[in-house]
Parts: sequence; C-alpha cells; structure tokens
Amino acid sequence: MKITMAHGSGGKATAELISEIFEKTFDDPVLSQMGDSAVVPGAAKIAVTTDSFVVSPLFFPGGDIGRLCVCGTVNDLLMSGAEPRYLTCGFILEEGAETGDLRKIAASMAATAGEAGVRIVAGDTKVVEGSGGLYINTAGVGFLRGGTQIGPDRCREGDAILLSGNLGDHHAAILSRRMGIENTIRSDCAPLTEMVGGLLRGGVEVHAMRDVTRGGLGTVLNEFAEASGCRMELDEGKIPVSAQVKGFCGILGLDPLYMGNEGKMIAVVAPQDAPGALALMRKSRYGENASVIGRVGPRGERLVLLKTTVGGTRVVGPLYGEGLPRIC
Amino acid sequence: MTDIRTYLKNYDGPELRLMEVCGTHTAQISRCGIARMLSPAIRLISGPGCPVCVTVTSYIDRLVALSLQPDTTVLTFGDLLRVRGSRSSLNDAKAAGGRVRMLYSPLDALRAAAGEKDKCFVFAAVGFETTAPVYAMLLEEAEEAGLENLKVLTSLKTMPPVIDWICKNQGGVDGFLAPGHVSVVTGSRIFEPLSQKYGIPFVVSGFTGEEILASLYALVRRRGKAGVLNLYPSAVTEGGNAAAQKAVERYFAPCGAAWRGMGVIPGSGLALREEYARFDAGSLGLDDDRSLNPECRCAQVLTGVVSPAECPLFGGACTPRTPQGACMVSQEGSCYNYFIGGRAAQ
Repeated sequence: MKITMAHGSGGKATAELISEIFEKTFDDPVLSQMGDSAVVPGAAKIAVTTDSFVVSPLFFPGGDIGRLCVCGTVNDLLMSGAEPRYLTCGFILEEGAETGDLRKIAASMAATAGEAGVRIVAGDTKVVEGSGGLYINTAGVGFLRGGTQIGPDRCREGDAILLSGNLGDHHAAILSRRMGIENTIRSDCAPLTEMVGGLLRGGVEVHAMRDVTRGGLGTVLNEFAEASGCRMELDEGKIPVSAQVKGFCGILGLDPLYMGNEGKMIAVVAPQDAPGALALMRKSRYGENASVIGRVGPRGERLVLLKTTVGGTRVVGPLYGEGLPRIC
Repeated sequence: MTDIRTYLKNYDGPELRLMEVCGTHTAQISRCGIARMLSPAIRLISGPGCPVCVTVTSYIDRLVALSLQPDTTVLTFGDLLRVRGSRSSLNDAKAAGGRVRMLYSPLDALRAAAGEKDKCFVFAAVGFETTAPVYAMLLEEAEEAGLENLKVLTSLKTMPPVIDWICKNQGGVDGFLAPGHVSVVTGSRIFEPLSQKYGIPFVVSGFTGEEILASLYALVRRRGKAGVLNLYPSAVTEGGNAAAQKAVERYFAPCGAAWRGMGVIPGSGLALREEYARFDAGSLGLDDDRSLNPECRCAQVLTGVVSPAECPLFGGACTPRTPQGACMVSQEGSCYNYFIGGRAAQ
C-alpha cells in the first residue's frame, strides 16, 4: 500500500496507520494510552535532546533510517552521561511512500530501541505532497546519574584520547550506495549504551565523551580543543580505519578524519585510567577495534596536531565546506 | 626510509626550490606534514596543477549564464560549484534558480541526457591530460547513443607548455615533482625535452607520503642535472597509455588556453575538433581573467612566485569558508591545503 494524503488527514486513515504500524510495533503501555503527551516517572536531573533524520537511501548496508534515528538520539543522550530512557518520534511521510517500508523501518526502530534500553512513548505522523520520501525526528529523555560531570571543557593535559573503532564506515557505506559502487562496507550505525555504561560503571574517570558523527573526528576534536583550551595530539598510525575504507577514500580523495560515523565515540579519560578504559571499550559490543589515538596536550594552543605515519606533523582543522549531504 | 628522512632534514647544500605541479601531490604533502620534515634549505612550492584553480573567471561566468538559460542544466564536479566568476559562483546561480547538478562520474551525464532528451545538458569539462580521455570516452558514448542534447564546455589543459612557461617567465625552480596521474596517460618521456632545455631534474612521483619523500630525495640528489626519473613505475611507463592518447586525439586538438594569472599560453589547451563542434557549448574565447577581489594573489601563488601565506587575504578575508580565489576553494588548491594543513606555520 502507498501512503496517500489521507494518511495525514488526522482521520480514520491516520488512526489506522498509527495503530497498525507504530502502536503494534513499538508496543509500549505508555504509548498505547495515545494521550496528547506521555506521562512517565521522573528523576531529579534529566537530559533532553532531539535530532532529525533525512538519510538517503532509507535502507543501506548495516542499517536503515529506523535504526539510525534511534541510535542518533540515544548516543547523544549517552554522551552527556545520561542513561537514555524515553524516545518520541515524528514521521514526515511524502505521498507515495510504501507502507511496507514503513513497517520495516518501525520494526528496525523497535529492535534498536530494545537493544539500547529505551522506550518509544510518543509520536506524530504527517503526510505531505512529494514523491515517496520519508523523514523522522526523534527526541529523547535520559536520566543523569548523581554526580556525573562530563564535558569537553574538562579535558586536562595528559588525558588519554580513546576512539571506539574504525572511522568512516557509515559515510563510505552511504556514498557507495549512492554512487552504485559495489563493496562490502557496512554502516557502523549502533547504540553505544553498553560501551558507555561499561565505562561509567567500571569506575573510569571520564572527562569528556562525544559521538563522532557529521564533521568527523577532526571537527569533534577541534571543538574539544576550543572548549578546553588545550592542544589535542593525535598519532595517525593509531587511528583505526579498515583497509576497504582506506582504499575507498584513496580513490575518491576523502579523508577519514572528516567522515561521518553513527556508532563511534571519543572518550577523554584520566591518564591512569587509559588501559582500563581501553579494555572496557574493547570488551563491549561495537568496541573491538577501540584504540588510544592520542593525548591532551598543554593549554594554550587550541588546535589539533597530528603526527603522520611518515613522520611529519600537521594541524587538523575542522571540516570546511560541505560534507556529504543527507548522510543521517 | 629513515636515511631519506635524515638526509632531507639535515640537507645543508645550496638552497633549492622544488615545485610540485600536481594538485593531488599538494594535498598529500599537506596531509602528511612533509614540509616540516625538510631542511630549511629545501623549499616546496605548489604549481598550477589543480584544474579548478587555474580556471579563469570568464569560464565560470559562461557556466553561470548557461545554468540560467531555459531548459539547460549544467553538470559539474563539486569543487567548481564554489568558485566565483566575475559576479557569482555556480552555487549562487543555483540559489537564484539556475539548474546545476553535481556529478561524481562524467558517465552520469549520459544517464541525465538520455533521461530528458528535450532538455540540454552542459558538462563542465575541466582538467588536464588525466581527465581528457574520460571526456573523449563520454563523447564517444554520446555519439553512439545519438544524444544531441549533451554538450561540453571545455577548459582542458596540458602540462608541458605551462611548465615551460613557468621556467621561461619565473625561473628559479630547481626541480619538478612531475605529476603522477598525468604521466600515466602521457608517459614520463614527455618531460624529457623540458628537463634538457632547462638543465633541471624531473622525478615522476607516486602519491603516498613515502613515495613523495623518496622523489624529493631523488630531486635533491640530482640537483643541477637534467634527466627524467620515473619513481612511479607501477603505473607510469615511458610512452604512457596509447589508447587514451588516441581517444583524446580523435576528439581534441591543441589550442591556446587561458590560465589564471598567466594569460593565454599557446598550445597549452585542448579544444574540440571542428568536426565535433556540435558538442561544444561555447568554449572558445573564454580568456578573460579577472579575480573578484583585486588583492587576491592566486595568480602568483599558482606560479610559485609567492607562497599562499604571503597573500594579504590569506587566513583573514580568505578562508575555506569564505574563499576569495579558486586556490582556496579546491581541495587540491595550494591555499586550501596551506590553510588546512597548517603548512603556513612552518
């Protein structure tokens, strides 16, 4: 069945679409009350975030827009030290979208939410003219543990910089699909709940965390340098990139340092905790290729310095100009 | 490799100015931080090897005008979108309702033209010997498919004449890191006459950091001596790719071409042959070269007369976010790479 303008009318067709696909698939008692807003148990301090997803194509190796829209918001909550609890989702459907696709996307959202330990408790659906496109906004609420103080301004000289795995997989997977290039590169799209939980519960003194999405590692670390007033020092040889993505980048002139990821994070931790943090990351799901990629340098120069594999050094600026559009 | 690094770091012979003419080399030198690994007596200068950077303003103006014509779409690679002509860029034209589409492969142009036969598609064909065969292939396929609605606006250039121009007019270059990709097509032999004429070494280099370091080492060791050394033998032969050369020759003939900052250099371009004029979207006579900002020194940067940091706009009015000249737009541009790689800080 195709989506028609009637599905956005607010009438019977809308109700059927919502109950048939979303209510059934997300299967949550709070959502099923279908109230104007979801009423959920509270906590002293909450984290709130929202993100919209416009990725093209909707389905790609390693994931789809459904998995992406849960991971994106969940990971944003995690990076502020919060435990993700509730999500809302807003769908904007273009006339002509396939309900079969919508079903698959909803199933993928439900599975990912289950994995990430969040509940989808509220939603909205709108239909607009167009040619079968589909966009999703998710908002998330997370509870902060008592005493959690994490932020890029807390990076200190000597801290270790950890990266949770290979760079560039999501970006390369999306670009390959769009260009019709055949390879086995898969998006890294994943919720980092287990990894972050492991670090925080494992007693690691985490000073800053950030998921490495659009703009890539280069941009994230420039933000850290700016916020902390410290130089970030990286060792190119320690930054994990798969051979296939390396080859792909070589052909297209891309730099993995600026490529978007959807299941990778940076953690800046106290120097004495670096070995323990690395072990915890590697042990957790999606962290097998984690690596200590550098250290926080002295205060003063707010920039990112990279020691290259041939033995030179260069400044890594933030991403200038356009990255790849519609990557998430 | 360690010996090469030590040699290049500690070199204390006469001061040398070595030019890399290929934009991909420029980008890789920045990416690997190579400039800081060399002795102060070895100065690397970036030459005119970025196709976007050497494109003159009247060519951009023509593309902008075409994009605003009814039923016409301009097809281009990404870097060209942000280069400003005398008034606006293709990005500006797009925002003003012009039809501009970014492609990843020239062959996507065939699909676009075949899909809408009542519309005209103009491909912005910029590049050097490396890309010219791709355009020849595109024209061959357009001919076979009987596509009358696909045209090219050419600004194709060739390397030896511009290297000759630089040696003759600027001088002071003690050796060339010869372009690897160009040499795949042309063969390394093509640089022999220039090397003999000016008595300086040419080394054809690959693109990894190690390959570039090895090539620089060879250039320093061969200083003051003529000769072409091919250090990229996995891809480059002495005679080059004959099939590609033949394809180019079939569709294109040498012509005078305008280079940003250098004016028209005789025989340095490739124009569609007369019998294929029906594919031309008006490429002839686009020689006018006016930078938007009169202080922009792209012209001198491209010929190695000044380094990007010596331009009064560099890093201030001109950054990758607000590029004044083409050298700051392209990812292979000298100014872009100096800025991004912090090469100016050395």
